[in-house]
Amino acid sequence: MPADPVSGAPPPGDLQLLSLTKRFGEFTAVDDLDLVVPAGSFFALLGPSGCGKTTTLRMVAGLEVPTTGEVRLGEQDITWAKPYKRPVNTVFQSYALFPHLTVYENVAFGLRRQGRKEVTEPVRDMLRLVELESFGARKPAQLSGGQQQRVALARALINQPQVLLLDEPLGALDLKLRRQMQIELKSIQGEVGTTFVHVTHDQEEAMTMADTIAVMHRGVIEQMGSPAELYESPRTTFVANFLGQSNLVPCAINGRDGGDLVIDAQGALVRMPAERAQVHQGKAWLGVRPEKIILGSPGEDLPGNSLGEARIVDVSFVGVSTQYLVRTSWGQELMAFEQNTGARPLMRAGDQVHVRFAGAHAFLLDHDQDARAGVDEDSAA
Amino acid sequence: MTSSAGAPSVAPELAPDGDASSPPRRRRSSAWFLLLPGALWLVAFFLTPMVQLVATSLYDPSGSEETGYAMTWAWGNYVDALDFYLEPFVRGFAYSAIATALCLVIGYPLAYAIAFKAGRWKNLMLVLVIAPFFTSFLVRTLAWKLILSDNGFVVGIAKTLGLIADDGRLLATGFAVVAGLTYNFLPFMVLPLYVSLEKIDHRLIEAAGDLYSSPAQGFRKVTLPLSMPGVVAGTLLTFIPSAGDFINAQLLGDTTTQMIGNVIESRFEVGDYPAAAALSVTLMVLIVAMVAIYIRRAGTEELL
Repeated sequence: MPADPVSGAPPPGDLQLLSLTKRFGEFTAVDDLDLVVPAGSFFALLGPSGCGKTTTLRMVAGLEVPTTGEVRLGEQDITWAKPYKRPVNTVFQSYALFPHLTVYENVAFGLRRQGRKEVTEPVRDMLRLVELESFGARKPAQLSGGQQQRVALARALINQPQVLLLDEPLGALDLKLRRQMQIELKSIQGEVGTTFVHVTHDQEEAMTMADTIAVMHRGVIEQMGSPAELYESPRTTFVANFLGQSNLVPCAINGRDGGDLVIDAQGALVRMPAERAQVHQGKAWLGVRPEKIILGSPGEDLPGNSLGEARIVDVSFVGVSTQYLVRTSWGQELMAFEQNTGARPLMRAGDQVHVRFAGAHAFLLDHDQDARAGVDEDSAA
Repeated sequence: MTSSAGAPSVAPELAPDGDASSPPRRRRSSAWFLLLPGALWLVAFFLTPMVQLVATSLYDPSGSEETGYAMTWAWGNYVDALDFYLEPFVRGFAYSAIATALCLVIGYPLAYAIAFKAGRWKNLMLVLVIAPFFTSFLVRTLAWKLILSDNGFVVGIAKTLGLIADDGRLLATGFAVVAGLTYNFLPFMVLPLYVSLEKIDHRLIEAAGDLYSSPAQGFRKVTLPLSMPGVVAGTLLTFIPSAGDFINAQLLGDTTTQMIGNVIESRFEVGDYPAAAALSVTLMVLIVAMVAIYIRRAGTEELL
């Protein structure tokens, strides 16, 4: 918990959403959502715009009333509590700083409304935490975007909420500042230990900061887990495409051989561990991340599964890596990223290559889903 | 520096002397040029009459339209004006202050409702606020004369409820004059209030709630301070014209409810131009002084 152990705040509890549903007329923004956010974690709700993540956040903040369901904080049911009676604070999208108040008064606002008379010390401590000690007398309009962002954070954190909600907090910042703030936010969270619930459409931001990510799509949670878990073992095509990029090859499952599944991928027989598959028979999507694809020269002997020969149709050199687009024998275009280690010469468009991958890096998804779900969504990749 | 994009081949130090600063200079002269029509207008229709008005206020008070007026620097006109007409001055300011306060009390909730609660009725409600302007100020004030007349339903109801005595009346009282002022200037209060309320980012009010403000505290600490420019503009637009108004007092009041506007008007009527001008200049100076103090107090200097 924060630096002030004498505040007498109740011990923090897990944030629980139980069958939470929100309808706006005919439109269901959040559909029967169940979610547990462990106390003290940095949790990200990730999804494209309109997926219901902000509505979910607003229901936790009390700014939106759920149609059905419950919001619980530890032992407490706060579903119907007024926003100003919840131990929850929000860092709003584009900050919503009070333009008529100084930075100091903005930060002191919550304490003053709670009837605290002596606010000098906590405000100074909080401004020090966000490195804005000398900016107390300024008005928000006199600060840069990054500084305003930090004031918004200080203004919320000073109240020592049990849960801090962050609604696209870095969306208005440029890329470089965003990177810097991501690191700062994470270290501040580590320092104060408050539960952070972070809503974002930026998959990289979510992966950088959060311990746990819940990927939301059309009002439901598609998958929840650690960043590595979601990236390495996506369970739906949406997650596979929204978090990073995926090659999805239509295939059929032939059968089982020990712990492995034997799969017919467009004529090539490949094997992969059965526990990495969401389906175990019939048609499926074989997923391989672009950096897990190994391009060998024809005849070169490499381990792993073979997807046969392919021809390079496009080469993009991006510094740390080279991105190849290859056309397979059955006409599908696959992405392959190769680190520029210098060990191998760059290949050129038109070259013939042998496409391989390790079965332990592949994943198998239900064929009934749209292979392009989540591809061109607004994730800032 | 000039924009080097235009002539990249010419190094700045090789360019002729004047070149480097010519675009800013051209911009400055075009700004003056754009000011010209407005400046000419102000000189012709504001400055000239002002000078004439001040000059008239210093003419010999014994002059008349037949004999003409002589410039005698008669500062005594001001002393006489205040001496004779102090009461209508005070009454005029008091009536306008009350009317302005009433406009604020009625107008703020109205503007708030239009800005935040009206939804799709917003435009219709705004039109309704402006609608009275489609008929003349005079006609509408005359209508109030009928509404408040001794045999009208308002007086009837007030008598039934015992709000006024059986032989009491509303017309020709200070009440009627203040009611008329309030009615006539209400739109001037509502519109600037609406504009400043409508501009408030709704998330600021949500943020106040999130930071432990009850709705009442949120209003006091966030909405009201942010709408202060509208409050100041609205009160000025109401107070200034009503302080000089004479129609309401003339149509709805009697000789005991005269405002300074009525006195100025009657002085002009009888051809006592020096007194009328001295009263006008005094009124103007007082209003400017009050407005300056008020704006300083309200902390909204940026309006000036």
